[in-house]
Amino acid sequence: MSQQPTTKRDFVADHVRTIPRSGIRDFFDIVQSMDNVVSLGIGEPGFVTPWHIREAAIFALEKGKTGYTSNFGLLKLRRSISRYVAENFRVEYDPNSEILVTVGVSEALDIALRAVINPGDEILYHEPCYVSYQPSVTLAHGIPRAIRTRAENNFALCAEDVAAAVTPRTKALMLNFPTNPTGATMTREELEKLARVCVENDLLVLSDEIYSELTFSGKHHSIAALPGMRERTIFLHGFSKAFAMTGFRIGYACAPAGLIEGMLRVHQYSMLCASIIAQEAAIEALDHGRADMEMMREQYRLRRNFIVKSFNEMGLKCHLPVGSFYSFPAIRSTGLTSREFSVQLLEQERVACVPGNAFGPGGEGHVRASFCSTMSDIEKAVERIGRFVQKRNR
Amino acid sequence: MDPLLQLLEEHALRTPADLAKMLNLPCAEVERRIKQYEDDKVILGYKAVINDDKVDTDLVKAVIEVKIQPEREGGFDRIAKRIAKFDEVTSLFLMSGGYDLLIFVEGHSLRQVAQFVAEKLATLEGVTSTATHFMLKTYKEQGVLMEGGEEFERLKVSP
Ligand SMILES: Cc1ncc(COP(=O)(O)O)c(C=O)c1O
Repeated sequence: MSQQPTTKRDFVADHVRTIPRSGIRDFFDIVQSMDNVVSLGIGEPGFVTPWHIREAAIFALEKGKTGYTSNFGLLKLRRSISRYVAENFRVEYDPNSEILVTVGVSEALDIALRAVINPGDEILYHEPCYVSYQPSVTLAHGIPRAIRTRAENNFALCAEDVAAAVTPRTKALMLNFPTNPTGATMTREELEKLARVCVENDLLVLSDEIYSELTFSGKHHSIAALPGMRERTIFLHGFSKAFAMTGFRIGYACAPAGLIEGMLRVHQYSMLCASIIAQEAAIEALDHGRADMEMMREQYRLRRNFIVKSFNEMGLKCHLPVGSFYSFPAIRSTGLTSREFSVQLLEQERVACVPGNAFGPGGEGHVRASFCSTMSDIEKAVERIGRFVQKRNR
Repeated sequence: MDPLLQLLEEHALRTPADLAKMLNLPCAEVERRIKQYEDDKVILGYKAVINDDKVDTDLVKAVIEVKIQPEREGGFDRIAKRIAKFDEVTSLFLMSGGYDLLIFVEGHSLRQVAQFVAEKLATLEGVTSTATHFMLKTYKEQGVLMEGGEEFERLKVSP
């Protein structure tokens, strides 16, 4: 039932009202209305958080750890983060002034953007990308500028394209490798080229490294570790993907003290601090979680091999993603758009894959099929998708 | 350990074709290796893990701690191997600590298990004592939780 307007004004701000609805949200509503759906649409691990991490959270509750923490987060956690980042990413951050614990990478991204954007500043990001980037920039009064990445390149970002997109108003470049939804990664050489463009144009970099542990071959490199980059990079990371801790809502930002101080101004008046229970669990994850994390990664590797091979066998061209837990097969050969493919697949075979254009116009012609679901779901889904594609081809 | 063995240990019913896709190997190679493992008795068999609570069974399970007198030649082996041959015995281990052998037994009734202990096991030459513990409820079997219990329904689509 539509409501009668009782106020003269629309109270919702213009810059909020004009934000488009998330393509994922739309699709989610359709999926929710159906039964027996096998989902390759999830953006989170199919594993429950390893028991020892859950147990640490329970123990924190038992010990009565139920209060606020420092705005920065528990010092013990910041120390663990400092050690973990130094060991795995080869960049050092001072736990006292250069690390901020946040409510997921989501909050870290939001406050980083709010802390650095003057209204009208342009923020570059590569696309297809995580659905939040563009709206987060808009909400922070910045101007989002997408740079297309291409399937021929396995969706890596070309430094030349970045250089070409820079204007006098460009403030920052957002990076996410391995990428959601394409699984793209960057070699050290590619990152070095990118770093040169950033230094030449005095750009800040926001590097979202949330999938970095889920790199299947070669070594993950963070741009923060390259010469001249530490001072111009906000390194964003969290626990959701690698440690299967999405529901804990915990992440962190590392950056030079001035930038962290700026982010803290926003954080201390909005979020105050991340949940202490999640912080305690995060300490356990960093200090003792490696074996479980590696076990999960190895499972994802097998699932990735399986799903990518299956897509290619059924005629949906799919590159082997080097990182993340997403495959991004091309569906153009079916003659359908991404949305048509996803909706018809859902209606006819009850399999959910996210239409590629939910991640930006550059994702058209693809769907995102996660391989973080359980192996038995993936097997079921692949069988059904195969049948769907075959029917289309007849 | 060969990832193929790990996969089979987890779930033995996967087809060689699926295993090959997961391991990025030719299917024929996977079939060859499985055959080889079977021939070499690396893979000894394939079994289902059954939740006894959900099937109509009168199985009675017990573990028995056994002390034995080791022999001059053969140590514990001869007698352990002899015990292992009984149909009632499902698993048998040589242990460090307060007793020597740990035996898992199954029978169709309490009486059958008690009889096995009293008549077959305790009377064996070299067995000096036995302590039998009957199992009351199974919570986890061979790495599998009897009640999933952790089925939390995730959102079907998330960013
Ligand atoms: C690229 C990317 N960044 C950030 C997030 C959000 O992570 P968090 O759970 O830490 O807020 C996601 C989640 O899907 C993501 O894919």
